[in-house]
Amino acid sequence: MNRNANIDSRKRTEPLLRVVKRAELTGRQIVLLRLLAVLLALAAGGLFILCLGYNPVAIYTRILSGATRSPMAIQATAKIVIPLLITSLGVTLAFKMRFWNIGAEGQIIMGAIFASYFALFHADWNHWVLLGAMALAGILGGALWGLVPAFFKARYGTNETLFTLMLNYIALYLISWLQDGPWRDPGSQGFGKIARFDKNASLNKVFGVHCGWIVALVLVAAVFIYLRYTKQGYEISVVGESQETARYAGMNVRKILLRTMALSGGICGLGGMIQAAGADITLTMGVAGGVGFTAIIVAWLSQLNPVIILAVSSLFGILEKGSSVVQSDFGLSTDCADVLQGIILFFILGCEFFIRYRFVGRGHGEKAK
Amino acid sequence: MKKALSLVLALAMVLSLTACGGKEDGKTTTAAQNEGTTAAAQDEGTTAAPQGETAAGGETEAAGGAKAGVMPAIAKEDLKIGVIHITDPAEGSGYTYTHDQGIVGMQENLGLSDDQIVRKNNVDDSNATEIETAIQECLEEGCNVIFATSWGFMDTCEALADEYPEVIFSHGTGYKSNGVNFNNYFGRIYQARYLSGIAAGLKTESNKIGYVAAMGKDNSEVTGGCDAFAMGVYSVNPDAQIYVRVTNSWFDPEGETQAANALLDLGCDVIGQHCDTPNPQLAAEAAGVWGVGYNSDMSKDAPKAALTSVVWDWSVYYTYAVESIMNGTWTGENYFAGLKEGLVDIAPLADFCAEGTEEKISEAKEKILSGEWDVFSGLIETNEGEVVCEEGQTLDDATITGGINWYFKNIVAE
Repeated sequence: MNRNANIDSRKRTEPLLRVVKRAELTGRQIVLLRLLAVLLALAAGGLFILCLGYNPVAIYTRILSGATRSPMAIQATAKIVIPLLITSLGVTLAFKMRFWNIGAEGQIIMGAIFASYFALFHADWNHWVLLGAMALAGILGGALWGLVPAFFKARYGTNETLFTLMLNYIALYLISWLQDGPWRDPGSQGFGKIARFDKNASLNKVFGVHCGWIVALVLVAAVFIYLRYTKQGYEISVVGESQETARYAGMNVRKILLRTMALSGGICGLGGMIQAAGADITLTMGVAGGVGFTAIIVAWLSQLNPVIILAVSSLFGILEKGSSVVQSDFGLSTDCADVLQGIILFFILGCEFFIRYRFVGRGHGEKAK
Repeated sequence: MKKALSLVLALAMVLSLTACGGKEDGKTTTAAQNEGTTAAAQDEGTTAAPQGETAAGGETEAAGGAKAGVMPAIAKEDLKIGVIHITDPAEGSGYTYTHDQGIVGMQENLGLSDDQIVRKNNVDDSNATEIETAIQECLEEGCNVIFATSWGFMDTCEALADEYPEVIFSHGTGYKSNGVNFNNYFGRIYQARYLSGIAAGLKTESNKIGYVAAMGKDNSEVTGGCDAFAMGVYSVNPDAQIYVRVTNSWFDPEGETQAANALLDLGCDVIGQHCDTPNPQLAAEAAGVWGVGYNSDMSKDAPKAALTSVVWDWSVYYTYAVESIMNGTWTGENYFAGLKEGLVDIAPLADFCAEGTEEKISEAKEKILSGEWDVFSGLIETNEGEVVCEEGQTLDDATITGGINWYFKNIVAE
């Protein structure tokens, strides 16, 4: 800031409020600020519920109990958490590298499509061989869908945000084409849908939930270790901080970019395979169902930390499952649940802003420093 | 393996319907009447009994065609019914609303309390996990009967029926069932469509009638309904032609409006429909012409356009089904009733219908009710010149539900 500038004229042109970067907060302050955000979110959400004519406390407790009240409820919650968790881990790798992978949705879908090929046409294989092939196909599908934008970015410097976003729609309409065309269930009387997978091609259940949850937990540990303790993980953070630095240090940035995006997409693709073969037991247009976008929020809320991702995606799962119970118990429309989720997210994301920045009023410029 | 099983079940259903299609022999009817069940039971008794036999391996068959329950009776106070809807009944006019009115009617008829009905609304029928979660939430709350009203819920119902053999799953439309705790229900809506076609055929001045169809020619339900409508038109006005527009979606408010507008641009002055929203009727009203609604009486949505509407009274089935569950007479058989049972009908005619509409319709209705004739009887020619039904023949139910992939001769399709 140029201190010699004419202070009077600056005061006139100065906006009413401006944003100033904050000095580093202590860990305790951050925790307090986040807690405050959660409380404010609950209060604002409660106000919204109150306006609709319901008791906020009753609704909140029902969300919690609806998601955890019985083994069946917990299993259903877990089924919501699994794809969200896996996908969040996938996008985390890309985000750590500051590569804006908005294409998790498409990578999930491609993974699911590749895996579905084996489920539909090789259902007679040995169960474990088949599942192995499906998992590999899922990883391959997602990785390919991640590599395409990475290649163009590395080669021609294209904008990866737009590129990955657009690839989502291509993948989605690929399913639409498959279910209305070559993969249509022959018994469906002209209705465009893909047949339910053979039991042989569906994931086994462990404690009542398809075994994708084990894969997800293993991935949490794997991604954590990969990012924190391996050379490749270190390279990712260096490239993320500054590509020039990475190049100066002799790293092959292009190679790291491609490798990381293949991994990121591959993990999302595996998530797609798990969703198709574990939860849906078929391939539908809803296989990703917005998870690829929610995962972005989860990853950033968790500060790209795999362990926190596990906690945050569980909370998202509880909120979603609980809202669905609230809908039928209280007759509260599912749209209201979405509004509620939006309010809560708004406050929590807003709090992240206040951890780094603060507002300064007009005329208080000097104190800002 | 599962695919093979479902194929066998579907075949069993088709065969059973074939075996009984059109037959209305006095013996079974009397037997059913003696049982004193609802009118709907008569048709059920005749058409579906052999299906129980084939699908459930003969265990349901009792001597003399009397029905035997395959599930233990559930006392009225223990009943808890889960209803899975694809949209929200609050939409107030279309498919989900009509089904929910049926549930409400059943609840009133049988005197169930509000907490015995659990509704799951806006369940995306293309998201298998969401469907499963919704149904399981109902089970969690203690539901022992599930009514799933949309086509896309079928495969999940089939799988869950297997997993929860003590729960009864009843799936609307579709074609799968297991003859025990998973059945399928639908109706002869084509009969009502034929009657509504008479109103349309008499009203049109341009001799161009539009029809907004949810699905294309591959879908027998939609195509058969469209044919029945066209045959109704033809019976009173052989010069009129039917123009079809397909939206490829059961529920697509935007697309339905667009399709109706495209038809209006072609010069159509009556718009029939097989889709979920009243938008085609609203488009017709905006253009100052007429239409025939579907699902519920759409004169409430488009009072200046709707000549009549093709309507369902699902409470007929829901009451029958829940009653049979309480009595222990649930057979797990498929349900396919029509005008006679009151499951389908047309809404009261608007006063701006053409002269003589009432008489023509009641004449045709009489013939259908008496059983002397049905819509798909006699010489039927397609718009490609093929004869699909000879003079003196009647299409069997298997063909009607699953094999109508042709358009009647006065239909113009792109």
